[in-house]
Amino acid sequence: MSDTQYTYAVARIRSKELLLFNAQAIEQLLSAKSYDECIRLLADKGWGSGDSRISAEELLAQEREKTWNLIGELVPDLSVFDVFLYANDYHNLKAAVKQVCTGSEDFGLYISHGTVSAKALYDMVNAHDFYLLPEKMRAPAQEAYEALSQTRDGQLCDIIIDKAALEAIYTAGKASHNDLIEKYAELTVASADIKTAVRCCRTGKPLEFIRRALAECDTLNAAKLAQAAVEGIESICDYLSSTNYAEAVEALAQSPSAFERWCDNLMIRDIRPQQYVSFGIGPLAAYILGRENEIKTVRIILSGKLNGLPDASVRERVREMYV
Amino acid sequence: MANLMANLGLAFAILGAALAACLAGAGSAIGVGVAGQAAAGVVTEDPNKFSKVLVLQLLPGTQGIYGLLIAFICLSQVGVIGTPVEVSFAKGLMYFCACLPMAIAGLVSAKFQGQASVASIGLVAKKPDQFGKAMIFPAMVETYAILALLISLLAIMGVSNINI
Repeated sequence: MSDTQYTYAVARIRSKELLLFNAQAIEQLLSAKSYDECIRLLADKGWGSGDSRISAEELLAQEREKTWNLIGELVPDLSVFDVFLYANDYHNLKAAVKQVCTGSEDFGLYISHGTVSAKALYDMVNAHDFYLLPEKMRAPAQEAYEALSQTRDGQLCDIIIDKAALEAIYTAGKASHNDLIEKYAELTVASADIKTAVRCCRTGKPLEFIRRALAECDTLNAAKLAQAAVEGIESICDYLSSTNYAEAVEALAQSPSAFERWCDNLMIRDIRPQQYVSFGIGPLAAYILGRENEIKTVRIILSGKLNGLPDASVRERVREMYV
Repeated sequence: MANLMANLGLAFAILGAALAACLAGAGSAIGVGVAGQAAAGVVTEDPNKFSKVLVLQLLPGTQGIYGLLIAFICLSQVGVIGTPVEVSFAKGLMYFCACLPMAIAGLVSAKFQGQASVASIGLVAKKPDQFGKAMIFPAMVETYAILALLISLLAIMGVSNINI
């Protein structure tokens, strides 16, 4: 047995999967009469650290922390899961570039759990030490910084860094040699491209801007999608009908959030067979994605309860569960 | 020359016994080892499942015992254990061949039984009430180790009755 079999880790994850929320548990949360009742139900299921005074965001952050601590215990080299953290890294890079350019003192925009600490990213950007950044971040960080400081165009800064993030995810997916991680990377890039194309189409962006924003992936042709985005939403739907995302057209026509839900559900359906796999990194990666999906769904429910949204509208956004 | 050939016969018989014990034992060590890793993972999260996963971990261990049994019988037939007997070259080679089914099937079946045990340990981790069913899957692999044991046993006994 090679060390890459992760036998001990997968067996522990099998036990941990018992604690993941299934559809009934989500239904229970949805049926809760108030936000406080939801928090109580979550505490009963072991969420949080027993402190009932913390905010929903702190509670969710604690749960994410628990997941990564567990994975850190199980996998000696966490770099195999970097692909899941690149989105956080590039978000933090974007926040750092904007903070340095605007001279803001607000550090609340950063996300924990990246491959590079948010503080280190800020320090490097602030000191213009772009060469100290991870190799893939150097060029986009400098380009975004120069674009924002010269043009004050926040959107341009966003597309430069977002595209770099997608490219990093795509490359890491390919390098992983793991079907599940590769599929995650592909779907992440494709769904981000579709969302960007739809947004650009609705805001009437020029072809050059859209081309600059879309990242290459295997299941979509960025040039054709950009062209379709210039022509209109119907062209985007027509183009998607000829790709693997034909089923997404209906969701896309409904709303951007329905499309996001469709993408998340597709990913969850793809990773579900990992529950029956006994060896390898796949079940661990699937657990991370399952937990992220669970945390995302709980966030939707909590914010719905907190803002008094109608049940039907929250239910629409709830994702399918991994278990 | 005749003396050398006779000794070579004994050497082949001992080599067969050694292979039966070593390969089947190595297979069991691999199988029990990998199942042990999975069992430890489940017990880390739920110590109450110790007895159930222990049984599943031990299932691939039987091939090592079968290998030992074949090696023991072979060694006693050729006089290494007990009364010394003369073993011709041809007879020694026959003993060697008789040990091979247990050696090879022991190694391969124990390794795969270990993997089946890991999967069953995962099943018990999620559904402890399905322990009975979970045990059947790795136990199926045992069939082929038992068949090899039977053939090796019959062959050794048969060879001992041949005057050659």
